[in-house]
Amino acid sequence: MNTSKREFLGKTLTAGAGLAVAAFLGSTRAFAAAEDVQKAIEEFAGGKTPGEGVITLNTPEIAENGNSVPVSVSVESPMTEDDYVESVMILAEGNPSAQVATFHFTPASGEAVASTRMRLAKTQNVLAVAKMSNGDVFSATNNIKVTIGGCGG
Amino acid sequence: MLTRRDFLQFASVTAALTGFSGGLSRVAAQQSLTQDDLLSFDARGQITLLHMTDMHAQLKPIYFRPPSENIGVGAYAGIPPHLVGDDFLSHFGLERGSALAYAHTMVDYVDLARTYGRLGGLDRTATLIKAIRAERGEDKVLLLDGGDTWQGSYTALKTDAQDMVDCMALLKPDAMVGHWEFTLGEERVMEIIESMEYPFLASNVVDNDWEEPVFESTAMRDVGGARVAIIGQAMPYTPIANPRWMFPDWSFGLRLERLQQNVDAARDNGAEVVVLLSHNGFDVDRKLASDITGIDVILTGHTHDAIPRAINVDNTLVLASGSHGKFLGRIDLEVKNGKVVDANSALIPVFADVITPDADMRAQIDKVRKPFDSELNRVIAKTETLLYRRGNFNGTWDDLICDGMMEMRDAELSLSPGFRWGTTNLPGDDITIDDLYNQTAMSYPSVYRLEFTGEQLHTILEDVCDNLFNKDPYFQQGGDMVRVGGMGYTCDPQASIGSRISDMTFLKTGEAIDPGRSYVVAGWASVNEGVEGPAIYDLMEQYISDRKVITIEKNDAVKLKSN
Repeated sequence: MNTSKREFLGKTLTAGAGLAVAAFLGSTRAFAAAEDVQKAIEEFAGGKTPGEGVITLNTPEIAENGNSVPVSVSVESPMTEDDYVESVMILAEGNPSAQVATFHFTPASGEAVASTRMRLAKTQNVLAVAKMSNGDVFSATNNIKVTIGGCGG
Repeated sequence: MLTRRDFLQFASVTAALTGFSGGLSRVAAQQSLTQDDLLSFDARGQITLLHMTDMHAQLKPIYFRPPSENIGVGAYAGIPPHLVGDDFLSHFGLERGSALAYAHTMVDYVDLARTYGRLGGLDRTATLIKAIRAERGEDKVLLLDGGDTWQGSYTALKTDAQDMVDCMALLKPDAMVGHWEFTLGEERVMEIIESMEYPFLASNVVDNDWEEPVFESTAMRDVGGARVAIIGQAMPYTPIANPRWMFPDWSFGLRLERLQQNVDAARDNGAEVVVLLSHNGFDVDRKLASDITGIDVILTGHTHDAIPRAINVDNTLVLASGSHGKFLGRIDLEVKNGKVVDANSALIPVFADVITPDADMRAQIDKVRKPFDSELNRVIAKTETLLYRRGNFNGTWDDLICDGMMEMRDAELSLSPGFRWGTTNLPGDDITIDDLYNQTAMSYPSVYRLEFTGEQLHTILEDVCDNLFNKDPYFQQGGDMVRVGGMGYTCDPQASIGSRISDMTFLKTGEAIDPGRSYVVAGWASVNEGVEGPAIYDLMEQYISDRKVITIEKNDAVKLKSN
């Protein structure tokens, strides 16, 4: 090979390469304040303190693509006229705007299951809060890691 | 279960002779260690599982120096596989200077390498497999390939892994799983799988649109009269550790719920034994063994750990069979009334000098390498220093690569990924093109040149470090720490993300790295699409050829905070 050092030097790139550094160059926007998240939950829950259990929140341990992270939630309920899940709210604590989605159900839904995709700005907690027809409220929290990637063995 | 005698048997043959100092001569070592010693095993029951993993396309015998650092954190500190050197020897009762001490640790590495020679070579492994099949009966043996088989050499790169596919076909494995396989791209992976006579399993890979399985999850086999389920697990973080754009339709992850469902389904379908063929990495599988019920054996790979015998975790046997073809893992199981009642296990070190190569496999290896012979054997320099990669922080091969990138791309700093693959060159050895590609052969080789601020560099180091030292194994991706050229730092593995990396120093001036200043950085193996720059193997061929003789200075730029 007779390639000169000059050819290897090439030009200094200005964009697009590297460990996915773009993730860090960006946003100076403020992220959702803890009190905003708290306020959203209080409003949704009508002042009740959420209990544990009942909700299964499924998310990846580490996001493969922070721009499109799958989230699915299911809530145990007989889904009868007397006892059903009214709504489920998904929150991403560390996003500029915490509210991701709210799903509404009726007994006719048959089961309280929903899934969507969300964008996550950084490693953070994602919460699901479920409101039952009798006013009871439950929540579940998962931490999802958003990483630079690369360098894997 | 396993007696210490079983795996010390042939170690003791040589231990008596060494009393290490000046070592045993190679001839004497070869006379005292025989193919029969390696195959000696206290067989049990009606099932034998043979496990090979993380071969990284090494068809020929190689040197591979075990790591000096393999740090475990939290509950995983100080237990296998997080033991190195003398700690490893004493934990497993191995004699310093013995054949097994050489195979498993870096103690007296160069002297013992000259004594015992290379390990591996698929023609030697083929001989062992044939012998075990003959001894046990074909119907009692399953051969399972843990993946990272199709990447890591010149010939695998040039043939899009056809060399490995053709050689492995001769061994007639029962199943395989994958990781680096996916860096061949979706299309090529599917093309190969269609041509294979054994299944490519992945319980944890689904398509992005519908989250439906892309591959078969389970293979059922009747072995020695018992029904055995093999469930596959691909490297869960492949789209994060490697370029997602090469397989954009597939989503990975641990997917434990799905795994439990597949285990339960296998049991419902009559499986008396459930084997997880895994590319999760050792600590992930150690934790998973407790979290998932109903798995009898985990054959684990990815982190390149070699542990002399299976480890029992909550009644699941976890066997880690090393890398680069150095070992063949074996577990025998006795099944009674649908339950595993007895087992024995060992890693068989594939000492190349004492095993007769299998003629068919040797011919196949020769055939796939022949078109490239002159290039493979072309010498580009000689090394005076032991060149190796494996270890949590730095190795001399990456020191060389980091220097090469800074020089050839006129950069102030350089970053080289913490890959665990790559073979070893002894002092005085020639460096051939074959050797160079054993460190660099992969499908996204461009060397970028970019400006990063000191703060960004800190973030990168913290991020990668958390992939290695997160106290929850489910967040570990299985690589080593990114190697840095031109910069020193202090690392505290037991700390948490954001506070592990301190004292970042620009070595050229001895000054602290300025968070606000931009530094010109060269690096390779970016996971981003459209990276511009020369291929790492071309750049390093030039750099190494120019030097003719390679000498690496001792590198203590990374300091460890010990607790």
